[in-house]
This record gives sequence, C-alpha cells and structure tokens, in this order.
Amino acid sequence: MLVTARLVLVEAARRRLILAVIGLTLLAVVLTGWGFARIPSVGTVPLTPDQITLVAAQLTILVAFMFSFVLALSAVFVAAPAISGEAESGIALAVLARPISRLEYVAGKWIGLAILLLVYAAGSIACELVVIRLAIGYAPPSPPVAVLFLYAESLVLLTLGLALSTRLSGMVGGVVALVLFGMTWIAGIVGGVGEILGNDTLVRVGTIVKLILPTDGLWRGAVHALEPGSFFIAARLAGPAAAANPFYAPAPPAAAFDVWAVAWIVVVFAAATWSFRAREV
Amino acid sequence: MTASSAPIETVELTKRYGRITALAGLSMRVEAGSVFGFLGPNGAGKTTAVKLLLGLARPTSGDAVVLGAPVSDEPAHRAARRRVGYLPELFRYPGWLSAREVLAVHCELARLERPWGAQIDAALRTVGLAERAGDRVEGFSKGMQQRLGLAVALLGSPEVVVLDEPTSALDPVGRHDVREILRSLRARGTTVFLNSHLLSEVEQVCDRVAVVDHGKVVAQGTLAELLRSDSVRVRAADVSVDVRAEAARQGFALEGDGDRLVAHGVDIERVPLLVGTLVRGGARVYSVEPVQQTLEDRFLQILGERH
Repeated sequence: MLVTARLVLVEAARRRLILAVIGLTLLAVVLTGWGFARIPSVGTVPLTPDQITLVAAQLTILVAFMFSFVLALSAVFVAAPAISGEAESGIALAVLARPISRLEYVAGKWIGLAILLLVYAAGSIACELVVIRLAIGYAPPSPPVAVLFLYAESLVLLTLGLALSTRLSGMVGGVVALVLFGMTWIAGIVGGVGEILGNDTLVRVGTIVKLILPTDGLWRGAVHALEPGSFFIAARLAGPAAAANPFYAPAPPAAAFDVWAVAWIVVVFAAATWSFRAREV
Repeated sequence: MTASSAPIETVELTKRYGRITALAGLSMRVEAGSVFGFLGPNGAGKTTAVKLLLGLARPTSGDAVVLGAPVSDEPAHRAARRRVGYLPELFRYPGWLSAREVLAVHCELARLERPWGAQIDAALRTVGLAERAGDRVEGFSKGMQQRLGLAVALLGSPEVVVLDEPTSALDPVGRHDVREILRSLRARGTTVFLNSHLLSEVEQVCDRVAVVDHGKVVAQGTLAELLRSDSVRVRAADVSVDVRAEAARQGFALEGDGDRLVAHGVDIERVPLLVGTLVRGGARVYSVEPVQQTLEDRFLQILGERH
C-alpha cells in the first residue's frame, strides 16, 4: 500500500505537477495580496475599519472559493486517471500480478493523492491568509476549520474520481465527477432559493443533492469558518435573499452532516475497492 | 480442485466475455523445471490464460493452480505470486522512474527481503541494461523496455516465470539473449511458461509445448512427441509397381518417382517391415530416414486439421 502511495507522490514531483502548482499558487497569492492591499484606497471615499473588514472578509471567501475550485479540479484531475490510466497503459499488469491486493492498490492511490491534496490545501490557504494579514491586517475567525472543510471537500471528489477511475477512462471519469460537482453547487443555490421562496420542494432538492455529493455542504462549512461576526449582521440586513448566496453560510453544517460526509467517503472508497476487485485488467 | 504438485495446472479453465468464449475448458499441466511453450494463433486465448493464471482476470468456470494455490483462493494465490515473475505482453513501466527504481519498486511489491541492490544489479546485467540503470524509462526504446520487463520478471529468483511474448520488441541479438536467459533459468530449475508466436524460438528452448486454438488445448507434449512424423524418406532402386502394391497392402503409401521416395504411415516400429517388403519385392534399399517436421509445419498442420 505504502509503495503505491509513495509512487503517487514521486510521480507528482517528477512530472512537475508540484512545481507547476506551487508556481501558480504563489502567483495567485501575490496578485491577491496586492489586491487586498489596495482595498482601503479603492473607493473615492475612505472606508471605515468595519467596512474594510467586511470587504476583506467577502474577498477572503471569494479567494477561498478559488482555492476550493482549484482543489476540486486538482482532486478530479489526479484521481480520475489514477487507476484507469495504469490499467489501460499496462503499467497495472506487472503491479497487480505481484502479491498485492486490489484494496492495497486502491488504498495506496487514495493515500498518496490525499497527502498531495492535504499539503496543497493547508500550504496554499495558509500562505494566502498570511499574505492577506500582512496586506490589510485582516484574519478570518477559524482558518484551520476552513482548511479542514475545504480539504474534506477535495477528499470527497478524490474518492469519487478514484471510484469512477476503476471503471471509466480518465477523461470520462473526470467529466462525470466535474459535472456532478457543478450540479451540487447549483443545487445548493437552488436550495437557498427554495428557502427564500418558502418552497419546500426546492429546499428538499438542495438537501438531497447535498447528501448525494456532500461537496457543497462542506464548502458552506468552510465559508462559515471564514465569516466574521459583522458578516452575519450584514446578512441579516440583506434579509432571506442571503440564503441563496453561495458565498454565505448562516450556520455551520450540522454535526450529522459532517458524520455523513465522512461516512460518504468511507462508503464510496469501499465501493471503489469492490469495483476494482471485480475489474479485470 | 486439489493442490497440484505441478507448478502450473489448469482444469477445464473457461473464460467468457459476454457471448465471446476466450477459453473453452483449457486443461494443461506444466512440469516443474521445464520450459513450457504455449502456442496458438491470434485470439486463441493465450493471453487470457496467462491473465487467469496471475489473478488479473477471473475464470468463468474451471480452475487453475499456481504453485499449489488455486486462483479461486485469492489470499493463497496472492501469497503464491511472491514466487512468480511475470513479463506482460503489454509491457509498460512508469516513465518517470529510472530502470533501477522500477526494479526496486517491484522488489518491494514482491515483498523481497532487503537489501535488494545486488539482485537488482544482477537482473540489470542479465538483460543488458546495467549501463542504463540510472536512466529514466521514458527515454528507453521499446526493446529496452521489454528487457527491463524481463529483469522485473527475474527479480528474486522466482520459482515460476511467466513470459508473454518476451521477444516481440527485440532485435535478433535481444532474441538470442532471451534464449540464453531461458536456458539459464532451466539450468537453475525454474519453471518457465512461455507464450510466444515465434515458433522457431519455442522450438529452440522449450521442453514441452501446448497448442491452443479457440480456447482449448488441441495438442500437447514434448517437442519430440509433437514433431514425431509417420513418414520416412526412402532411397531405393528397382521399386516396381508390384512392390508398391504390396507396400500399400501393408499400409504404406509410397510417393515419388525414381529412387527417392517418401513412405507415409510408417511409425518407427514398422520401418523394418517396410524395408523387408521392399527387399522381398526386389528393390535395393540404400537408406531410410525419418522425415523431420519443424514446429511451424506441425503447428500449421494441427490448425489446418481443425479448420
């Protein structure tokens, strides 16, 4: 298992994936840092400290969304071809003929990719928040919790991508996973619209889709962890319309949802292993 | 299926992919220490059989035993694969690793005891890649990748080595090297299961062969058994029509004119009877020699009889 996991990390390093991601992340961090530093002088009228905090908080959530999106895409792009690519190319033949179980093989892939995502999630977001702090003096309330939710979101997509990779080619699996991710995000907004309109059906659709693929619920958890207290006051002033805002979360996800997200990962991982055990290479 | 003393044995091994039958009750036995040639035309089910033996695919029915472990007993079969080396027909290794690193990965996957350095060096030397040990595989030609695959299969001195078309990408020098490797494996007592299209190669190195067609073994045995001919070349003078007729009555079909004839229906025990018949009829016999078949002739004959 560990050798498979290690190979994932070596491949990412040797194929310059890590280098490319670090380079682009640093570029994004520098540009956003420059943007944050310009917040106080952006308008014609100087902003009050509360206004600066509000704008910085909203922008921080938007930047977090960028990282969430990059993490989600990265998770799908690396997971979707992880097994199918090796099965199609023939690399898996020599490996699976060794005394290694399919569970070990899938678990090794999962662990290796999960480590990559963890390093990226924690490293990039920490780097970004430090730069925001230096640029404008703003720090969101619970960065570790936000990182945890964003990481969990990427793990959900990693597990989904890997499960699809046991049966579908990398391209097809990647497209399916991304479409599901996008649909879930839209379903989150649909659920919010349902709340505004008092439409139970729409609310139910949002909830069910959130359970089928818990990415949007986890994203909302990250958003909530990044929201300062003043944010909730502003949202209350905005009325029920705030519920449909995908960059606003009035409350953290319920503990039951968090448990469900973990269970989802475990169940889909088990399904991936079962699927690959039955696959002939 | 009970545990077998043969390193590889299959009984009525069947594999269907939907409506397509890739293997239709394959039964064969590979004796310990032999080099076993597994022959057949394209689509005969050879690679499917190899994949079933290595647990890469599952049989629809029947069973196969590798080193005492039935493929249906997954944990036991997995443990047995520690002692099996395999070169797939589709040989690909991670291009971003060096040859030495690929071998180290396979040492680890095969759960070989450390340190591995000496056996990795030995395997690289055996396949002629010692000079390129530190180079990344992505820079290797197909032939070099196949040599690397062979090195992977030889790691840990396995008891059974399964080679699926091991010379498909090799030049004549490479093929010669592979034959030498096979001979040294046999000398060491390793059982080799060789799946190959190259009949001349099989003829040179294999002790026993099985010919598979439409997923079934249609002929198997030692090369001597398989290539045994029931024809002899006869050099004789004064072979009259009457002698030919008498020979025919004895079950010998004489072909050819002049003093160079071929007699069919003559197994080795009946050669004296043939000679006696000719001599009694007044013919002068100078020589009688068996007609030697090549494996290719025999292979085509076997397949021809079935189609």
